[in-house]
Amino acid sequence: MRARDWLSNSDSIHATFGFLDDGAKKDVRRALLKAVAIPGYQVPYGSREMPLARGWGTGGIQITLSMLLPNDVVKVIDQGCDGSVNAVNIKKFYERVAGVDITTDTLAASLIQTRHRIPEERMTDRQILVLQVPYPEALREVEPSEAQTRRMHSEADYARMWLHLYEDVVHFGEIRISYRYPCTVNGRHVMDPSPIPRWDVPKLHMADTLFLFGAGRERRIYAVPPHTRVEPLEFEDHKFRVEDFCGKSCGRCGATDTFLDEILGPSGSRSYCCSDTGYCDKRKERWIRC
Amino acid sequence: MAYVAVQGGREAIERACDLNEFRRQGAASRPLELAQIREQLHLAVDRVMGEGGLYAPDLAALALRQSAGDTIEASFLLRAHRATLPRLGESVPDSTAEMRIIRRISSAFKDVPGGQILGPTNDYTLRLLELERLEEPENRRKAIRDRVFRDLPAPLEMPDTFPRVVELLRKDGLVEDPGIEDTDPFDITRRSVSFPAPRSARLQAMARGETGGLLLLAYSSMRGYGHIHPTLAELRVGYLPVRIVNPITNEPVVAGEVLVTEAEVVSRFSNPEGEPRFHLGYGLCLGHNEVKAISMGVLDRCMRTDTPTCPAEDEEFVLYHTDGIESMGFSNHWKLPHYVDFLSDLDRLRKARENIHRKDDADARP
Repeated sequence: MRARDWLSNSDSIHATFGFLDDGAKKDVRRALLKAVAIPGYQVPYGSREMPLARGWGTGGIQITLSMLLPNDVVKVIDQGCDGSVNAVNIKKFYERVAGVDITTDTLAASLIQTRHRIPEERMTDRQILVLQVPYPEALREVEPSEAQTRRMHSEADYARMWLHLYEDVVHFGEIRISYRYPCTVNGRHVMDPSPIPRWDVPKLHMADTLFLFGAGRERRIYAVPPHTRVEPLEFEDHKFRVEDFCGKSCGRCGATDTFLDEILGPSGSRSYCCSDTGYCDKRKERWIRC
Repeated sequence: MAYVAVQGGREAIERACDLNEFRRQGAASRPLELAQIREQLHLAVDRVMGEGGLYAPDLAALALRQSAGDTIEASFLLRAHRATLPRLGESVPDSTAEMRIIRRISSAFKDVPGGQILGPTNDYTLRLLELERLEEPENRRKAIRDRVFRDLPAPLEMPDTFPRVVELLRKDGLVEDPGIEDTDPFDITRRSVSFPAPRSARLQAMARGETGGLLLLAYSSMRGYGHIHPTLAELRVGYLPVRIVNPITNEPVVAGEVLVTEAEVVSRFSNPEGEPRFHLGYGLCLGHNEVKAISMGVLDRCMRTDTPTCPAEDEEFVLYHTDGIESMGFSNHWKLPHYVDFLSDLDRLRKARENIHRKDDADARP
């Protein structure tokens, strides 16, 4: 159903376009503006209850719903996949409460909501990426108390985070943070980039696209505006490294330059395919056409 | 008025019991049938069986009706009933490979041998209050039945066993092997647990633990009061055959099957010595209760931390405070008269105040 039809359809279950009432949308947008003005800073906001459980993307959903326009084209991915349970669920919801058009093509979308991945194709300045965030606090690893971590951010006191990374290098010869890799944004705030793999972290740096992060359960919104420095924490003699897929390729489209999912075969055999299914499909189609 | 005179207020007490029963049975509505509770409130029934420590769906339904839907009270009724039953023996330890699966997912891999089987779950529903369904007419129920049974492949192909995801990782040496305790399992219903507790005692205690309590502690660890970062390697819901040894033939025989939920979590490696491996956490409880099994798995892993730094990692803290029946009973006991104790408190308070006043008076004197 097109959004226009939705708007004129009196049977639609909720009177408001985009489920949230105007007051809620305004709250979220105000938090978004502040978040864009202070890159990487976590803005507290009055998170609403959504008809999906906490931890299932309610922060991202609230951001998307508060920005959604009737002519938007939306893509939703879960771990890179358009057909994964969380993505299907959320798309079903958007179709029901806003009737917007849905796509699986990264470049055709005006707004993409994602869980744990950034699409492989470089996004443009006409697009927005909304990331679902379980843990907005990058310092939670070293300090459980919210009062303390807020103080640490305000004083730019990141010593314990650095020490944590250093101790990892000493004990294991390796920084053990696999996803959710802490980054310094705009030279000031240390930020949790959401549980994207390290592979995706460089995509945040000096991008053309606006990245919005929503943590519904923890009631925080933050942002990385376009053309902003996003630098993973690293040491001069121990550099940040992304996941290693050397010598592996996608079993479907043959890609060697994408983040690959590992698939277990019956006897413990392993095969690989692109995590970004939209991109993989596109490559495969192009390949068949040639 | 009757409260203080607990020993003399017999009639008042009986009236209070009657009133409770009167309110429970309702006024205009029809009495609840046990089959309705067992079938239509099956998750509550499962929860009560798990926490009560007795697999008996009909009795759990009865307990739920008797307690007007209070799950802790219902599990208490069931556990109290269980205490009257003899212990006939032990089942044969078994792996869950033979489980008759109704749901099985892994969030560690996109696809796993045997496949992701979503099964009956509300995970993928929109949590919208179905105001249009205040009544549940028969034609609607039938439509759902028709939809479920339509287009089923003729012989439904299901493998007999599903390889466990953790086993596949273990084959590559990526997961630790917790080993097998070769002693008889500890029975927490017959002996008092001491610390450090054997793993069998820990898993038993959690299996009877209150869902909300286990969830609270597991969540505290996931959120930041702890350092465990779990991945759900596998979650299974299904019917597990229970085998006991026939005392005459000495052969194991299947005595029946129980519905259980099983969760296996793996977490980031943390042992600086030796080859790095993922650590394992295990949870299994009676009935379909995914929140509980996952919480158990996370807490099992948490409690195996060498140096506990937070409540969820402290075995004593977790096991002593997650039994709903014990904690509910004790919290409610504060409603009993405590006037003797309180009088003693008052005496001390008055005396202390008197001493202060006397000292003030003495200081004020020139």
